Amino acid sequence: MPAITADGLYKIFGRRPQRGVEALQQGQTRDELRDSGLTAAVIDASFSVDPGEIFVVMGLSGSGKSTLIRMVNGLLPATAGELVIGDDTLSSMNSAQLRAVRRKRISMVFQHFALLPHRTVGENAAYGLEISGMNRSQREAKAAEALEMVGLKGWGGYKPSALSGGMQQRVGLARALAAGTDIMLMDEAFSALDPLIRRDMQDQLVDLQQRLEKTILFITHDLNEAMRLGDRIAMMRDGRIVQVGTSDEILNEPANDYVAKFIQDVDRSRVMTAGSIMERPEKTLGDAQGPRTAHRMLRETHNSWLVVLRRDRTPAGVLWEDHVAEAVRLGHDELPWSVAYEMPVVSHDTPIAELFAASAQYTNPLVVVDDDGKFLGVIPRVTLLTAAGTGHENGNGNGSARSDAAVGPDHAMNGGAR
Amino acid sequence: MNPEDSLLPRVPLGTWVDDSFDWLKENVSWLFDAFSAIMNFLVGNLTDLLMMIPALALIPILALIALTLRSWKLAVGTVIGFALVLSMDQWETMVQTMALVLVATVFAVAIAVPLGVLAALNSTVSALVKPIMDFMQTMPAFVYLIPAVTFFSIGVVPGIFATIIFALPPGVRMTELGIRQVDAETVEAGEAFGATRGQILRGIQLPLAVPTIMAGVNQVIMLSLSMAVIAGMVGADGLGKEVVQAISTQDLALGVEAGLAVVILAVFLDRLTAALGNPGDYRTSLLALAQKAIAQRGSAMGAVGPAA
Repeated sequence: MPAITADGLYKIFGRRPQRGVEALQQGQTRDELRDSGLTAAVIDASFSVDPGEIFVVMGLSGSGKSTLIRMVNGLLPATAGELVIGDDTLSSMNSAQLRAVRRKRISMVFQHFALLPHRTVGENAAYGLEISGMNRSQREAKAAEALEMVGLKGWGGYKPSALSGGMQQRVGLARALAAGTDIMLMDEAFSALDPLIRRDMQDQLVDLQQRLEKTILFITHDLNEAMRLGDRIAMMRDGRIVQVGTSDEILNEPANDYVAKFIQDVDRSRVMTAGSIMERPEKTLGDAQGPRTAHRMLRETHNSWLVVLRRDRTPAGVLWEDHVAEAVRLGHDELPWSVAYEMPVVSHDTPIAELFAASAQYTNPLVVVDDDGKFLGVIPRVTLLTAAGTGHENGNGNGSARSDAAVGPDHAMNGGAR
Repeated sequence: MNPEDSLLPRVPLGTWVDDSFDWLKENVSWLFDAFSAIMNFLVGNLTDLLMMIPALALIPILALIALTLRSWKLAVGTVIGFALVLSMDQWETMVQTMALVLVATVFAVAIAVPLGVLAALNSTVSALVKPIMDFMQTMPAFVYLIPAVTFFSIGVVPGIFATIIFALPPGVRMTELGIRQVDAETVEAGEAFGATRGQILRGIQLPLAVPTIMAGVNQVIMLSLSMAVIAGMVGADGLGKEVVQAISTQDLALGVEAGLAVVILAVFLDRLTAALGNPGDYRTSLLALAQKAIAQRGSAMGAVGPAA
């Protein structure tokens, strides 16, 4: 069961907003609606967030993303449509039930931190628990625990004004964590921080999420941030959700021109991972096979190299055609391992940006493995360089076609190195 | 007869108000009597209490309060100023005025703050309260004295009644402003964690509005003081009576001395209440030094200090 389900959500501001929903359903545009004094902030939004997922809602200011997140915890009631948390429908709740949901199930982190300046960091972190009536010693213990999780151990006695922006937002994060809710809403939580601190906070959030398995609904206007954090991303424009998908899907199959234009600015090398650009070689050699088999495979694939796998499919090494040819000529039975061309192994979730160093160090193609260290594919240099370019035509689908073309220059480069 | 007279009949508004005040006096005189008794009791006892302490003992006490809440400079100023008042023979009248101002301020604040909170939370209340406050503040202060004397005859009570009405509006306005200007995201944070309206008011809005509310209280005190002098005209004892007497006898010496005593009292009360609103601005006050010492002892024990 999804943690959050939104079905046909509308939020319209103005007098008698219900008429706006009907007008929109009959095909009126947002601008036409504005002439009749109604502002459509969210139009027909449907999505679902799975437990333990980071779901990012991405859009520019005025796209309705802040309104959307406030409908999820009922701060703004929906004009039409249904919002279900677990299996409770928000629209059917009275205000006391809504408060109970906010205390027990959904917490929130704010763009400008929204800490209480007259309380200490510890009291701020304990705020949610205090509201729900937990006694002092218990909530102080939980708040201290949450502060330690975000790396603020020992700061509990200070006022928020004594802390830097990044630290203040950690307090905001600790406040949400201390509340012990399954769902966390984050409203542009890192947008007010400077870029370096923002990166730290993003890493920390991913780390915390993996440990605590919170369901996170994250709002941002920064596509790079969305791509870094989001398991799935919903792109919003003018109140509508125009595409929902993983970062790869959005990068490689943008639903419309708007999304396509948006992703032009994305630093692809930080978003795309080794797994998304690797190629599967047509043939791989088992480590028990001899130089003659290797020689035949090289002839068939027109490649200058060959990946050798062990019986458990972990990579054993890479062979080069001239070494294989030499071994065959001399009649050796052993595979001609060469220490001159060591094998760079990378994990499938390594961002492309981090592959360049490895690629520059070795002439071999990069060997990509999964979480268990088993072979997945290879990334020849040329593939890596093309993938880092701006065009999004270099998706998975047509990767192999280009890899054939890549053999020539790759080979030439090897020759030059020798 | 002017031609306008036939177009626009004379509206006897003043007579109507007068009639309704007469009606009030005849029918709810018990209310005025009760108010009168309470005010006489409070002001009389407070004056007696302050007069019981010898001036040379009270002045150091006031200086100590100044040192605790603000700074040694205000403490020194307090000693010099009040010593001057004492030597000008205006001590007793100043204490009477101080009692009147304090009682009027307590009542005005007790009415103004809840009213301001209501106005901040409810825009209908705000829309109703605003014109009434405008009226109260712009009506010439002397006019309040007329019905006040009708209700309470002469003495300190009509003075205090007029003072409360005149001093109320800034208290209401600043309270409303203070609560409305609390950062919307902070209030939203309260809501997002499931706080009730009361919890948000007590835990977030009121504490964050304190500096603005205290600025309002400061204004209430200043207006009370200016009104307390006018109250001298209806026979309230204190510096006002001295000023009125000085005017009627063309006594410049008395006028200057009583006037100067008002100034000294005003400066003392103003600086003190300003410090109450923004305690953080006065780092050399005894209060701030004490808090700092406690905080340092805490961090020395490693209880609250950061590990690094």
